[in-house]
Amino acid sequence: MTHEPWIAQLDAYLDGELKAGEMQDLDRHLRECPACAAESLRRLQWKRTVHAAGQRYNADSGFRQRVQKSISRGGAGRISWRWPAFAAVAAVALVMAGLGIVQQERRLVRKSQVVSELVDLHVATLASSTPVDVVSTDRHTVKPWFAGKIPFTFNLPELQGSPFELVGGRVSYLEQSAGAELIFRVRKHQISAFIFQDRAVPPDFPASADARSFHLESWKQGDLRYFVIGDASAEDLRALRNLLENAK
Amino acid sequence: MFEQLAMPLFDRLYNFAHWLTRNREEAEDLVQETYVKALKGFSSFEPGTNFKAWIFRILRNTFLTSRTGLKAATVQLDLQDNDAALPVENETPETILIDRTSERIMQEAIAELPVPFREILLLCEVEEMSYQEIAATLAIPMGTVMSRLSRARRALRSTVKEKLQRSSS
Repeated sequence: MTHEPWIAQLDAYLDGELKAGEMQDLDRHLRECPACAAESLRRLQWKRTVHAAGQRYNADSGFRQRVQKSISRGGAGRISWRWPAFAAVAAVALVMAGLGIVQQERRLVRKSQVVSELVDLHVATLASSTPVDVVSTDRHTVKPWFAGKIPFTFNLPELQGSPFELVGGRVSYLEQSAGAELIFRVRKHQISAFIFQDRAVPPDFPASADARSFHLESWKQGDLRYFVIGDASAEDLRALRNLLENAK
Repeated sequence: MFEQLAMPLFDRLYNFAHWLTRNREEAEDLVQETYVKALKGFSSFEPGTNFKAWIFRILRNTFLTSRTGLKAATVQLDLQDNDAALPVENETPETILIDRTSERIMQEAIAELPVPFREILLLCEVEEMSYQEIAATLAIPMGTVMSRLSRARRALRSTVKEKLQRSSS
């Protein structure tokens, strides 16, 4: 098998820049080709290293304040001196709105970081030659395997009669919290279901999101936060969600 | 409105400026000037278009007209951007581990890259801009983004490899 045409696409794949069809073809190939899967994982780790190394410099807070002040002065010039009280109220409102927007921006950034981290975890699983630590289609084997490895327990659904197949599970980490990653297969698609304690996730996390051609569904159940992610159809992901939600 | 859009990008702009200038004072001057220019030209910004790409473009253009930027622009580079396919390279250094040593080596390697390679890598890997946003920021076609990014990655891999070999010998 020739690997070159696939490897040539890896960087664009990991950058999320391939077209949906190309993305699916490469996904399929990565599941079947350990050599390309290993190279994909190496490049993903490389990207993470560059990303971390590139966030190197921080401005000091005094400089930030100076810039902010100079911008505010530029804006204040447009306010008439006849309206000092209005200007003061407007300035306070602007600062409050600014703070609100900064906080909102931070929340948005954190949410998108979590989505990105989940996509990376899922891609790493797809690319791994040993995607699961406990290999079993039996929920009564997979669930007990996690006992003592993660700080909570969860229920797995009965999959008989559904199109889903349980492949296995592994311990995963999100925001330094240990959780469970369960790998399911539906037709030829692989889906990761992650379960973490809800506090590992920013509040108001979106119920669904799309990133790098993967679809993600998320919900809260008790103190736990569930995510299902994969390139299967949104209907398949919702069906798996229903099964997990109703697991006893 | 300007402040609300621009201030959340302050840390990112400063980090990018410091990477470009490799000097704290120059980075501060560059960021300050970027904000002044952006505020002045804000009326030309079209609402609904990409503000981040717009203000990064101002910073980058301001850098290119600075003393350090002009010096960087005069360095002769093997930078023939074209869309011709590069030979496939599948030798990502496996020894790269995410620890402090590798982070330091990676930072040194990024700092040593020529500006056109450094800036495109940072926009892609650190700022996580799409190819389209990078094209808008650097005012280059999409094909050039892809080929330059590929060359930049290759240059970074080779610099890191050299550094790792040197540090292990």
